Amino acid sequence: MNKAADIFNKPSTYIPFIAIVLGLLCGGIVMWIGGYDPFAAYGALWKTVFGTKYDFGETIVAITPILFTGLAVGFAFRAGIFNIGADGQYIIGMTAATFIGLKVHLPAFIHAPLALIVGMLCGALWGALVGWLKAYRGVNEVISAIMLNWIALYLSNYILRDFLVKKGEQKTPNIDDTASLSIGWLQNFMEGARMDWGIWIGLLCVVIFYVLLWRTKQGYELRAVGHNADAAKAAGINIKASFIKTMMISGAFAGLGGVFSVLGVFHYQVVQAASAGYGFDGIAVALLGGNHPIGILLGAILFGGLTYGSAGMNFEADVPSEIVRIVIGSIIFFVASHGLIRTVIQPLFKKRKSRERKGADMNGNVG
Amino acid sequence: MEQAVPVVELRGITKRFPGIVANDAISLELRKGEIHALLGENGAGKSTLMSILFGLYQPDEGEIRVNGKPQAIDGPGKAIELGIGMVHQHFKLVQPFTVAENIVLGIEPSKGLSINYRQANAKVKELSERYGLMVEPTVKVENITVGMQQRVEILKTLYRGAEILIFDEPTAVLTVQEIHELMQILKRLANEGKSIILITHKLKEIMEVSDRVTIIRRGKVVGTVNTAKTSESELAEKMVGRRVSLDKPKEAAKPGETVLELSDVTVAGADKGKPVVDGVSFRIRAGEIVGIAGVDGNGQHELVEALTGMRAVQSGSIRLNGRDITQASIKNRIKAGMSNIPEDRQKHGLVLDFSVSENLILGSPEQGRFFKGGFLNKSEIDRHASKLIEAYDVRTPDIHNKTRSLSGGNQQKAIIAREMERDPQLLIAVQPTRGLDIGAISFVHDRLLQARAEGKAVLLISYELDELHRLSDRIQVIFDGRIMGEVDPEKAADDEIGLMMAGKMQAGKGASA
Amino acid sequence: MGTLADLISSTLVFSVALIFAALGGVFSERSGVFNIGLEGMMTAGAFGAAIASYYMETDGGATTSSPWVGLIAGVFCGLVFALLHAYATVSLKADQTIVGVVINILAVAVTLYLVKIIFEGAGDTAQLEQVFAKWPIPLLSDIPFLGRAFFNSYPTTYIAYILVPLSSYLLFRTPFGLRLRSVGEHPGAADTVGINVTKYRYIGVLISGALAGLGGATITLTTTSNFSHSTISGQGFIAIAALIFGRWNPYGVFGAAFFFGMAQALRNFLTRFEFSQSIPTEFLYMLPYVLTLIVLAGAVGKSVRGPAAAGEAYDPSKR
Repeated sequence: MNKAADIFNKPSTYIPFIAIVLGLLCGGIVMWIGGYDPFAAYGALWKTVFGTKYDFGETIVAITPILFTGLAVGFAFRAGIFNIGADGQYIIGMTAATFIGLKVHLPAFIHAPLALIVGMLCGALWGALVGWLKAYRGVNEVISAIMLNWIALYLSNYILRDFLVKKGEQKTPNIDDTASLSIGWLQNFMEGARMDWGIWIGLLCVVIFYVLLWRTKQGYELRAVGHNADAAKAAGINIKASFIKTMMISGAFAGLGGVFSVLGVFHYQVVQAASAGYGFDGIAVALLGGNHPIGILLGAILFGGLTYGSAGMNFEADVPSEIVRIVIGSIIFFVASHGLIRTVIQPLFKKRKSRERKGADMNGNVG
Repeated sequence: MEQAVPVVELRGITKRFPGIVANDAISLELRKGEIHALLGENGAGKSTLMSILFGLYQPDEGEIRVNGKPQAIDGPGKAIELGIGMVHQHFKLVQPFTVAENIVLGIEPSKGLSINYRQANAKVKELSERYGLMVEPTVKVENITVGMQQRVEILKTLYRGAEILIFDEPTAVLTVQEIHELMQILKRLANEGKSIILITHKLKEIMEVSDRVTIIRRGKVVGTVNTAKTSESELAEKMVGRRVSLDKPKEAAKPGETVLELSDVTVAGADKGKPVVDGVSFRIRAGEIVGIAGVDGNGQHELVEALTGMRAVQSGSIRLNGRDITQASIKNRIKAGMSNIPEDRQKHGLVLDFSVSENLILGSPEQGRFFKGGFLNKSEIDRHASKLIEAYDVRTPDIHNKTRSLSGGNQQKAIIAREMERDPQLLIAVQPTRGLDIGAISFVHDRLLQARAEGKAVLLISYELDELHRLSDRIQVIFDGRIMGEVDPEKAADDEIGLMMAGKMQAGKGASA
Repeated sequence: MGTLADLISSTLVFSVALIFAALGGVFSERSGVFNIGLEGMMTAGAFGAAIASYYMETDGGATTSSPWVGLIAGVFCGLVFALLHAYATVSLKADQTIVGVVINILAVAVTLYLVKIIFEGAGDTAQLEQVFAKWPIPLLSDIPFLGRAFFNSYPTTYIAYILVPLSSYLLFRTPFGLRLRSVGEHPGAADTVGINVTKYRYIGVLISGALAGLGGATITLTTTSNFSHSTISGQGFIAIAALIFGRWNPYGVFGAAFFFGMAQALRNFLTRFEFSQSIPTEFLYMLPYVLTLIVLAGAVGKSVRGPAAAGEAYDPSKR
C-alpha cells in the first residue's frame, strides 16, 4: 500500500518532463514509420488547440473530465488506495445526474444543484463500495474496482434503456433546461464552445484537494494511513473508516466529472458499449502530476489538449487520431518505468540515488 | 602433517554503503569441521559479511577463497555450487509448499518431465534421519512449528550438499528446549565434518558450542580467539569496545495505586483455534516496572495488541485506573493515559515519510492543541517538535526532515519522546532496545527507569533476560499464552526462569506476590 | 436435450477465448506478476490474427491454412506486448497495475492506428473469407448429447481441451511449475536457492501474453471474422474475473470461463424465445463481475487468496 504512494512521491520532478518529451518522440517515430510528417502533425495539433476561441474552449471541455478523474485517483493514492475505479464512479455520477435532469422537474436554482449533488453523492457511494470491500472484507481495491467499473457500465445502460431512452434509440432526450450547468454568455464569448461550470468547480476541487490533505486534521490522518496504515492504526486512527472516507471523496471527484459531462456539455447521455476511459486517463494524469493537485491540473491540461488536438491532426495532417493515445500511453509508460529514464538519461544520478536507498534499507538489517 | 587449507578464507573484505562502511577489510578463516562463532553488536556488520559469502552482495574490495581457490560468488546459485549453505534468520520457506517441496526446490528429482515426488520424499526422509532432523516431508510448511521450519532450512542446505553452513542468529525464535536441540545438531554436524559459521550476539551459546570466535565491531575485526581460552566477560568487552557494566543500581520501587489490571484475559487464535493468550491476569502499580519474560511467539504480541486495542479480547477484562477499557477504542485508550513503544518501530511506531514534527503528534491525545477547528496548527506543532527533539536528544538536521532519514536510534528516541511527553499513566514498552547500539540502549533504559521514578506504571516485554533482570521489579513468565508464574528478578536464577519459559515449571518457588 | 447441447456448443465459442486468456493470467500471477493488461494482449492477438489472415488471403487466396497462420500471428502479437509488460514490471520494477493500464491503452491505440494505415482510414479490417470451421471429431462427435455439445466445435476449442490439463500438469507436477510458483509465493526463498526470479517472471508474463493473444485470435477467427475497436471489449477483464473465480487453478479457470461464457451465449440464445424481451440483457453482462465480487468478499465459502507475492516487484535488497 505504501508502494502506491511511493511511486507517486518521487522527489524528482524532472521525470515527468522527460517522459513527456520521450512520449512525443515515440509518437513522432510511430508517425514517421507510418509515413506521416510528425512536424506537420504536431503543428496541426498545436493549431487546433490554440487556433480559435472555439477550439480553445473545446480544449477546456476536454480537460475537465480528466481533471476530475485525475483528482479522484490522486486523492485516493495519497491515502493509500489505488482507485482504478474512477471510470465506474464517473459513469454512475453521470447517470444519476441524467436521471435527475430528466425525471425531476424543478426551478433552475434548485434543479441543477440537486442534480449535481445527487450525481456527486452517487459517485461517492460507488467509490465507498470499494472502500467498504477493502476495509471490511479485505478485498484488493484494484480487483473490486475493475469489477465495479463494468458493473457500473451495465447498470447505467440498464437504467438508460429501461427508464430514460425511448424505444429504439441509443440516447436520452435532452435534460431540462433547469438542470443545465452550461454558461451561456461564456459559450457566446467562446464562439459556441460548450463552456460550463465544470472547469470552475474543477479548479475549486484542486484547492479543496490541497487544503483537505495538507491543512486539516482529517487530511493528516488520511495521509498517515496512506503512508503507513499500521502506524496510523496504532495511533488510534480508524483506518477502516479512513478507507471508506477516502473512497467517498475520491468517488465524489470522479462523480462530478460525470455530472458536468451531462449537465454542462452534452445535456444527454448515450448507451455505451464500453466506457470512455476517463478513469484510466485519470490514473495517467495523477501519475504524471506526482499526485499533487497542481501537477494533476497540469497533467490534465496536457492530456486534454492532446486529446482535443488529435482531431485536428486527423483533419489537417490526416494522421489517425489514435496516435495521441499512443503518445499518452508512452508518457505513462515512461513515468511508471522511471528506472529507464534514470539509466538512460542520468546514469550517474541513478547510481547515487539507488545506492543511498539500499544503504538506508540496509542500516536496519546489518548485523 | 602440513597445515590444512581453510575451507573458507575471507581476505580484506570491504563493503561500503553510503554513509557507512559495513565491512572494513575483514579477514576470517574457517577451518574444516569447526564451529566458528561470529560475534558482534547489532549493526556491527556480521550479516553483511555473511551475505557477501553467500553471494547476496558483492564486496567492494577483498577476496574470497573456498578450499584454497579464489572465487567470485556472484549469487546464491554460485555459493550453493561451492558447497555453501545459509540458514537465514527469517526463514526462506514457501508457506503453501510441503516440507519436501521446499527442500528440493531448484534441484528436484525428476522422472521424465515430472517431479518424482516419491523419490523427493524418500530422500528428505533419509536425510532427516541421518542428521537427526526430524521432519514430515508431506506436511505443508504453513502447518508446522517454528522449530521444525528451522530444521527444514537446515535440510535445504544439506540436500544441496553444503559442507559450509552459515547460521544467522538461529536461536532468536526458538524456545529454550529448541535452542538446546539446535546446539546438539550443530555439534553433530561439525562431527560429520561440516564447517559452521554461527552468527550471534548471545555469549552463552558461543561458550557452549563454538571452537573459535571472531569478534566484529563497527565493521572491523577486533580479534579471533579460541573459545576455550576466553570468557563471557572478555568477549563482551571486545564486542562493545569498553568495559561493560550496564548493571547500574536502581532505586527501590515505591509502588502506588494499581494502574493496570488484567483479569483472565483471553485472546482467540486464528480461525477460532486454541487461544493465543489464555487467561492472563496480573496488575501493575504506579511506579513499578513489570517485565514479561518469554520466548518470542508465546502470546506476547497478542497480549500487547489486546492491551493497546489492536486486537479483540475474547473474554476477561482490562482495567486502566479502575476504568474498564476492554472494549475501548485505541484512541480512547490513549486518552485514558496509555502510551506504547511498539516492537517494530518502523511499522507501528512511525510514519517514515512524515516529517519529524508530523510524527511527534501522531496519535496525540491533545488534539485541541495541534488542530484548531479541524485545521492543522502548524506553529504549535513545530514548537512542540523543537521542544521534544531538544529534550530527548533526537538528532535530526531539521524538524521538517523526513523521519526515514533518521538513524534507528534516533527514530526510537523520537517515539520515546512522543510517548513519554503525553505523561501517560501506563507505558508499554516492547523490545524497546531491539537493534540499538549500547549507547542508545543505555538511553532507553534510563528513560524507562525515569518513567518509573515519576510514578508511571511500566510494562516491559523483552526476549532478553538480562534486560528484564536489570529493569523489572517483578517478572511475569509467559509460555504458550499462559502466565507460568511471577518471579522476583533479584532472587530468581536464569535457569528457573528458563524452565518456566519452556513451560516445564509452574509458579516459581522463590516467587513473591 | 438438443437445445441444451446447442447452448453448450455456443457457450464454448465464447468461453474458449476466455479460457486462453485466463490461463495466461494463471501463469503470470503464479509467477508473481499481476496482469490487468490481458485485455490489451487479447486486442493485439485479435488484430494480429485478422491482419495475418487477411494478407494470406490477398496473397494466395483463401486456403484452410490461413486461419492457422492468423492464430500464430495472434500469439506473436500478444507476446510483443507481454515483453513490454515484463520489461517494465520485472526489469524496471514499475508498478504492475499501471503498466497493465498502459498495455491496455497502447494495444488499442497501436492496433487501430495500424488498421487505419493498412485499410486507408477504415476503422475495421476487411471481412475474412476463410476463418475456422467447425470440426466434428470422428466417433466422439457421434456420442449422443456429449458429441453435439463438446466435440462438434472449432479447432481452438480442442486446443483449449489440451491446454487446460497441460497447464495444470506444468504448474503442479513439473520442476518448472514448482519453481514458477515459488517465485510467485516467496521470491526471496526462490532466489536464495539459486532460482532466477527475473527469468521465471519473464516466462510467466510471456506465457500470459501468448495465451491472451491466442484468446484474442480465437475471437477473430471463430466469432467476428474481422477486427475493429469493439472486437475485444471487456473479455480480458472477464478473464481476470475467471482467473479469480477459478482460484488461480487451470481447471477452476476452465469452469469459471465456461460459466461466464454461458452468460454471453445465453444472451444470443434467449433471443429465440418470446419471453427474452422482458429480461434486461445488462444483467447477464454483469454476472461475471458480480459473482467475482461476491466470491472475493467471502460471501461464498472462504475468502480467496492469490499468490502471496503477486503485485510486487522483487527487490533483492529487501530479501
